Amino acid sequence: MTYQPSPLRLQREAARRRVSRQSTLVALISTIAIASVLVIVVTGAPGFKLVRQSFFSWHYAVSAFPHVLSGLWLNLRVMVIAEIFVLILGLLIALARTSHSPILYPIRLMATIYTDIFRGLPLLLVLFLVGLGVPGLQISWITNSAVVLGTTSLVLTYSAYVAEVIRAGIEAVNPAQRMAGRALGLTQSQTQSYVVLPQALRKVAPPLLNDLVSLQKDSGLISVLGAIDAIRSAGIETAQSFNFTPYVVAGALFVALTIPLTRFTDWLTRKQDRARVQQGQW
Amino acid sequence: MTTPMLEVKNLRKSYGADLVLHDISVALAEHEVKVLVGASGSGKSTLLRAINLLEGIDDGQILLDGQDITAIKVNPDEIRAQIGSVFQSFNLFPHLNVLQNITLAPRKVHGVAKDEAEANAMQMLERFGLADKAKQYPDLLSGGQQQRVAILRAVITKPKVLLLDEVTSALDPILIAEVLALISELKGEGMTMMIATHEMGFAKRVADQVLFLHQGQIVEAGSAREILEDPKTPELQNFLSALREAGRL
Repeated sequence: MTYQPSPLRLQREAARRRVSRQSTLVALISTIAIASVLVIVVTGAPGFKLVRQSFFSWHYAVSAFPHVLSGLWLNLRVMVIAEIFVLILGLLIALARTSHSPILYPIRLMATIYTDIFRGLPLLLVLFLVGLGVPGLQISWITNSAVVLGTTSLVLTYSAYVAEVIRAGIEAVNPAQRMAGRALGLTQSQTQSYVVLPQALRKVAPPLLNDLVSLQKDSGLISVLGAIDAIRSAGIETAQSFNFTPYVVAGALFVALTIPLTRFTDWLTRKQDRARVQQGQW
Repeated sequence: MTTPMLEVKNLRKSYGADLVLHDISVALAEHEVKVLVGASGSGKSTLLRAINLLEGIDDGQILLDGQDITAIKVNPDEIRAQIGSVFQSFNLFPHLNVLQNITLAPRKVHGVAKDEAEANAMQMLERFGLADKAKQYPDLLSGGQQQRVAILRAVITKPKVLLLDEVTSALDPILIAEVLALISELKGEGMTMMIATHEMGFAKRVADQVLFLHQGQIVEAGSAREILEDPKTPELQNFLSALREAGRL
């Protein structure tokens, strides 16, 4: 016999559709209401015209765009190189901090001090210390390139964050997994690389990517050392015209750069949550 | 007399003031299967963990195929490579599929080439009716399937001894039967095994000898029939009546 949905089911489904239509309607109305309030408050502000001219001028946006974009190319390279070094250094520090070997004790101690210091120091301060302090030492074989020293500062600061994220992941892997690895005859380091780390990195992928998004954005800070990046280029344009639109252009470009990674992070988080729900782990 | 495959001599182990194993001596001949029964906390798991060197011991000796594996100069990784271990919680690696789980130790510990390791693993999976699961991840398998994969992962390297620690405790009766069938088959092939369990079905089906542990001591030893039907000590009598009351016997 073919299945006939019972009246009860049809009734239930109709009710669900009704509720879902209502939710959509409510969402629509509240969005319009809030948007209108915002528009009215902002455009009605006494200084609105002036602000629009100095921050959102189409004319200046168009003329500054090519310069800012060429500056952004530097940011892009800094980001990618910094990300690679941050991941490597962060991983090494996390491994050092989670190792129990007595030989590595001094390294473990150094890694702990390192993360304590660089997680606490404001990035701006690190930039000044490395970017201005290191050249001040006048050691002939150390570069005084603002780009290199700026990238180094980013790597120093962000490695500390990333190391802590990876360490949390390593510690979140069930100790029974390590035991099972050792029971198969895998050595300590084989167990670490084939059993523990792959699981740890999966667990912390979303917060890890979050730190990388933050790093991308902060690559704009190397401009304080004089590197001609997007922010610095915007500053140069602004200095000529006294119009702040180039900064807004740079900001928009930064947002555009980070959005793919943010969306990817969201997608990955949702995927992991779904898998967890399927396995019955809430 | 030939040397036993595994010999535990006067083993003693304590956690602080808590004496977990008190002068345990047991020998396991090649192809022999011994089943350890006893209440939780009687020291069964600790004994198995001591044998595969996951747990340090206070006193005594453990010999594997004549070699003192508790000697100081012994490399524990090399010893564990010769001992198979299976745990209550399966402990399959969730980021690896069934085939990768099974081939990890042959490839990384025993230096078998990838193709050969996979061919061996597939052959074994086919024999035990798990070939269609080869590419699946552990999360998607039933508990019984996961535990059978864990057992295959432990025996693919042809260990000298297989240690099974409460391998059915997390399973329902139907899945227990699947796992039991696999273990009986391994016994038929001559696998030397030491099994800690609450499952008396194990004792009846596969044990050459059953050892009853109570508070870290072997209180009684004998055939499954002797242990189950003719308990001599009050400790064993209490244990069996508790099992009976719980409907586990």
